[in-house]
Amino acid sequence: MKAPLVRIKGLNVAFDGAPAVRGVDLAVHPGEALGLVGESGSGKSVTWLAALRLLPGKAAVQGRVTLDGRDLLSLPTPEMERIRGGRIGIIFQDPSSALNPVLTIRRQISEVLALHRGLSGSAIRAEAKRLLDLVGMPDAEGRLNSYPHEMSGGQNQRVMIAMALAGQPDLLVADEPTTALDVTIQAQILDLLQLIRREMGMALVLISHDLGVVAENCDRVAVMYAGRIVESGPAAALFDAPRHPYARGLIDALPTLEDTRRLAAIPGVVPDPRDMPRGCAFGPRCAHAGPECLLDSPPLRAVAPGRRLACARPDLDLTPARPTPAPHLAEVTS
Amino acid sequence: MIRFILTRLLRAFVTIVLVVTFAFVVLRLSGDPATIILGPEAPPEAIAAFRASWGLDQPVMVQYVQYFAAIFQGDLGMSMRDGRPAFDLVMERIPATLALTIPALFLKLALGVPAGVYAALHQGTAFDRTVMVAAVMGFAVPSFVLALGLVLVFAVNLGWLPSGGRDTVWHAILPIITLGLGGAAALARFTRSAMLEVLGQPYIRTASSKGLAWAVVVRSHALPNAAIPTVTLIGFLVGSLIAGAIVVESVFSWPGVGRLMVVAVANRDLAVVQCILLLVATTMVTSNLIVDFLYGALDPRLRHGARAAA
Repeated sequence: MKAPLVRIKGLNVAFDGAPAVRGVDLAVHPGEALGLVGESGSGKSVTWLAALRLLPGKAAVQGRVTLDGRDLLSLPTPEMERIRGGRIGIIFQDPSSALNPVLTIRRQISEVLALHRGLSGSAIRAEAKRLLDLVGMPDAEGRLNSYPHEMSGGQNQRVMIAMALAGQPDLLVADEPTTALDVTIQAQILDLLQLIRREMGMALVLISHDLGVVAENCDRVAVMYAGRIVESGPAAALFDAPRHPYARGLIDALPTLEDTRRLAAIPGVVPDPRDMPRGCAFGPRCAHAGPECLLDSPPLRAVAPGRRLACARPDLDLTPARPTPAPHLAEVTS
Repeated sequence: MIRFILTRLLRAFVTIVLVVTFAFVVLRLSGDPATIILGPEAPPEAIAAFRASWGLDQPVMVQYVQYFAAIFQGDLGMSMRDGRPAFDLVMERIPATLALTIPALFLKLALGVPAGVYAALHQGTAFDRTVMVAAVMGFAVPSFVLALGLVLVFAVNLGWLPSGGRDTVWHAILPIITLGLGGAAALARFTRSAMLEVLGQPYIRTASSKGLAWAVVVRSHALPNAAIPTVTLIGFLVGSLIAGAIVVESVFSWPGVGRLMVVAVANRDLAVVQCILLLVATTMVTSNLIVDFLYGALDPRLRHGARAAA
């Protein structure tokens, strides 16, 4: 396997002493699509905001995040600014509030083009229009003079993507890019991300709480729970046969067309970061928890080629609660 | 857009009429000018003659209609005290007042806005806390107390500056500082909270994620948004250029509109008081009108809102 583009090692993030990310190790390889899944509060967004140093000053960040062997967390600010938007682009959950309401679309895209590509004048104008065309914006020329409030959420997300692509990044981090959008628009935006990734050969980190979205769009998946990665592996293999009870639970919670029975919710709630349970953080919610689960927080270990698992009982038989996998999963795994 | 402007102008006009009416009613309820100007021992015939000559013997409604009819002919009435047109008396005093309030306005802006922005950018630091304590003090301490404090220190103890009057430029310094500090405190607090609100918005994180330097994020992304609420307060400060110095002018014996107002109220000099209130209301309403139009320039969302609302 090629050397990873970005490698996160031993990342810890705490807010006012409450840990949000607890020892995350993650690698993103050039051109790959990595999915990061978990409930809200599991630390998946915080991991990448910390990696890009976009968290507020009160966040305590430890660990290493390397891009081409350089540690981003200790990089001087001007060099970090060249990486943000240049090497690594990021798009956010709610595009309507992520764009500046008083600046035109042209202005917001042009900033990136001037900063990272050194363009000016008519070249900026032409490139901004090309980017809007690329992200499938109707009437790109006219839209350049629009303000965010004059467009729909889906169009704003296209603008966000165009802005993130303007710096020609090697990695695009998409933080819940479709959560705030209508269901019909979600698919369009995800298709667009796939298309662009293939065309530009960039890597994609797709952060989502929606396993279905990640299954369809990613090569590899990492499942996060309470600030840790509990399982990772190739998307198809992981969804076919999850090894962690939490991953199993997430898959069982997905609705299917064939099965009209009640969805299997995971009982309980995510633990309070200030009051973590002893041993495995998922222990109190786990149907398979045994005495060994209370002893220690299980480390993430390789259990099969390309697959890693953090469970004190790695050999559980997690037969599906329902016979058929979700229809879109069947498509992926076939 | 034309309808928008017309409705705003109409609303401004109605506001001024209401202010003038209120002043008219309150002044008629607050004592008889005849007994005050002629003195309590004046003979009843003299008082009756005075009332008749100024039309005060008429029913209030008649006086009110006559008053408005006169205003529309450009006649704001005569001063009962020195028999000159009230408008001329007020206009004579305006330069003196503006000589205090305009420099004070610049002082407020020069101190308040940067202090508020800087405090917001360095939230929780010693500077931020100092600005906030100073701002609360600026709010809490009445201007006459601040004025007297400044007089005590700089006029009485140090002897650097005069304590009252309007003979030299030096006489203006203490009143300007008194006016400026109070407004700067309010403006600093307001700017800080507007700025903090904006800095917490997702689009600021987006701007950082594009690789813009923090100074650029603040200048191009935060300040234009924080300016929108701040302009409201600045508009209010501009609107009070005429009326904002009443207390300070009195403390420093500064012969401006404020002191004229105090004397006129004490004397029940109806025309003069009404003339000043009309002027004050017009200034305030005009500056609010300008703020309304400025909003549209600063915030593209309101351009459409305005069209939709009109």
